[in-house]
Amino acid sequence: MSRKLEPAEYVWEDSMKFTALKALGTSAVIALVTTSSAWAAECIAPANPGGGWDFTCRQVGKLLYDLQLVDQPVQVTNMAGAGGGLAYSYVVNERNTDPDLIVAASSATTTRLAQKAFGDATADQVRFVGAIGADPGVIVVAKDSPFQSLGDMVEAIKADPGSVAFAGGSAAGGFDHMKPLQIMKAAGFTDIGSIKYIGVDGGADAITQTVGGFTQAMTGDMSEIVGFIQSGEVRALAVLTEDRVPGFEDIPTAREQGYDVIAVNWRGFYVPKGISDDEFNAWAEKIQAVADSAEWKETMTANGLAPFTKVGGDFQSWVDQVVADTEALSKEIGVIQ
Amino acid sequence: MEILSNLALGFGVALSPLTLILAVVGCFLGTIIGALPGLGPSNGVAILIPITFTLGLDATAALVLLTSVYYGAMYGGRISSILLNIPGDEPAMMTTLDGYPMAKAGRAGDALVISGVASFVGALLATLALAMVAPYLARIAYKFGPAEYFALYALAFATLGGMASNNQAKAALASFIGLAIALIGLDNNSGFYRFTGGNLHLADGVDFLVAIVGLFAVSEVFVFIETHGKASAVGVKLGKVTVPWAEMWSTRWTMLRCSAVGFVAGVLPGAGASLGSFMTYMMEKGIAGDKGGFGTGVAKGVAAPEAGNNAAAGGALVPMLTLGVPGSGTTAVLLAVLMTLNITPGPTLFADRPEVVWGLIASLLIANFVLLAMNVPMVKIFVKVLMVPPAILLPGVTMISFVGIYSLSGSYFDLVLMIVFGVMGYVFRKMDIPTVPVILGILLGYQMENNLRHAMTLSDGDWTYLFASPIAAVLWIAAAVGFIAPMFLRGVLKRPQAPESAIED
Repeated sequence: MSRKLEPAEYVWEDSMKFTALKALGTSAVIALVTTSSAWAAECIAPANPGGGWDFTCRQVGKLLYDLQLVDQPVQVTNMAGAGGGLAYSYVVNERNTDPDLIVAASSATTTRLAQKAFGDATADQVRFVGAIGADPGVIVVAKDSPFQSLGDMVEAIKADPGSVAFAGGSAAGGFDHMKPLQIMKAAGFTDIGSIKYIGVDGGADAITQTVGGFTQAMTGDMSEIVGFIQSGEVRALAVLTEDRVPGFEDIPTAREQGYDVIAVNWRGFYVPKGISDDEFNAWAEKIQAVADSAEWKETMTANGLAPFTKVGGDFQSWVDQVVADTEALSKEIGVIQ
Repeated sequence: MEILSNLALGFGVALSPLTLILAVVGCFLGTIIGALPGLGPSNGVAILIPITFTLGLDATAALVLLTSVYYGAMYGGRISSILLNIPGDEPAMMTTLDGYPMAKAGRAGDALVISGVASFVGALLATLALAMVAPYLARIAYKFGPAEYFALYALAFATLGGMASNNQAKAALASFIGLAIALIGLDNNSGFYRFTGGNLHLADGVDFLVAIVGLFAVSEVFVFIETHGKASAVGVKLGKVTVPWAEMWSTRWTMLRCSAVGFVAGVLPGAGASLGSFMTYMMEKGIAGDKGGFGTGVAKGVAAPEAGNNAAAGGALVPMLTLGVPGSGTTAVLLAVLMTLNITPGPTLFADRPEVVWGLIASLLIANFVLLAMNVPMVKIFVKVLMVPPAILLPGVTMISFVGIYSLSGSYFDLVLMIVFGVMGYVFRKMDIPTVPVILGILLGYQMENNLRHAMTLSDGDWTYLFASPIAAVLWIAAAVGFIAPMFLRGVLKRPQAPESAIED
């Protein structure tokens, strides 16, 4: 900013013109700020401050600026509403050709698109430009829980479906709800509707309910449980990734316990549909650069994120596949018709 | 002694010239943001986040600035409640009930001083409690499940009847309207949308900030236009501000009681400052009885909610720091800032980053003294902002309301909704229906319903689950007492020499 104030320095040379030049200088600054805001990047977090999308926007926005990939601090706009649906329809309808806009997205975005939870909106109305990390799905119990392995829990549910209630941070039918259902399905249990689930306000709240003994297990993301794992108040029964997560090697995967379920909450972005391929690729490169930076790797470790980088066309086709799979699964478990 | 060395560490971090300047700036901005209707602590903090990043502040400095704004806004909210009958933010809602009648009676200065001191007592005690017992207190949150929360909200509603003493049926009607509005939006328990008419803007329900600005600020504009300013609240004069020592001393127990209750309400995630100020006001009203004159402009009526909501603001930091569970909208914003600064709040924060936690606590203590100075001896500066002629003030209030609401979601829909609430508030005022219960219905209805349905899911529909735990049972008894007691007490208290003096001295 200080560089732009230079015109005002002339005032010292001729005090007679002080006022006029000061006014000129000020208007020049205003003009500069106004024009520059046109090419400053904006990141929309489709939720209130505090959640995962907000975190994605703020962390990546900060790194984009720190790594000098953009020349102005990235402006973060919180646009909460309809679980991301409001921001989605806003981008589709009103910002469809804006090349300076990225929107934070995650598995929740594609889950809701697949379940038609954003009204008539479909996943092909935007371009998914990149994922920079993934929050592995976890199933967690309180430290004094009788369940020592995922198998113990699965058997208990099979014996009496009502005996285990799950708490999670998403509404019924959301991503957190799907994780235990997928596990039980993989275990050959068919009466999916009898599994108890309560959707509370976020993962930390779900843990509090579980530690308090009101629910028997918590279904959520790794980032939500890091502090509680370290303090020893909860135990993770399983992580829903292909391999064990670096830094949390003592948590077994569901797959190695015989339940082949992979559920990771990727963190990434979509951009408006109407931008050019060059503009799309430019964003993909910037996101790749952030993903490769040492700072981002540090952030991921500190927040329980596992490496998961897919950008550009690769990512788009991966998302298309996930949406198709989710839609099929949602129909199968009766969340949608 | 450990706490003293921790505090020394904290003050070592907080007492640098930069952080002191940030605390003063934050307190000043916060008080103004709080005093302006439509802008509350959560927008205030959210607006300042980008500035902290642009200035390149480190974790402690950023937290000092933002929490000073947070505390400042909690102090400032009362100013427009008292002078304009428009709450500056939602926790200051209860302060209008006695603050504005006091101002109308020419005692605006007394109301500002007493509520300012009450804010100081509440915030100071809460900060000290935060310093001493936060890690242990966090465990309270583990004791509250769906049944306990439902009982807590039921307690809030059970005491509602006592609020509008002239017509309880109208208060009940108003709270049912609020509860009905709370049903709009995503049903968390089935994943389906209710009463949204397919409109995505309604998918998350109605934001209570939209309702409060509409019901109070916009309806005030309508009344002003209709009466050409005669019946309007705007235009209260503030004379010389003196300290009413004797009257303030008479509220000492009120302040202490309300600080304790407010702090606990703040610690419970999901209850927050608004519930804190509501419950403390109703509690003091109950203790004082009909003789207390609550609602007619008494000192205790402004001391109670202000001590309560400022204590709750401190209390809300407990679950945020120790569990990562925000206890209020503003702490949700602060949580986001912490995460962005690579500090993960949670059970290990006090051990992992003592300099952050104790620096924060020390700066909160400093901020409190700065705020006391700004809000009592220097309160006239802020009053000046609201004391411009109505012809300038009201368009200004309207504009800030629109900007503030637009900054929430960035959608015109909320602006339209705010005007609808403004019309509703105007009609309600004509019909003498209180608007505070509408806000409470919207504020608590969603959580109340969710917790009831969670309880029913967990217990397979067994109603006795709601009363099964000791905490729930105590809350239910309190609710029953709160509901029934006013009916009997009214008769009993008509006798002279009510037991009030016993409580007083």
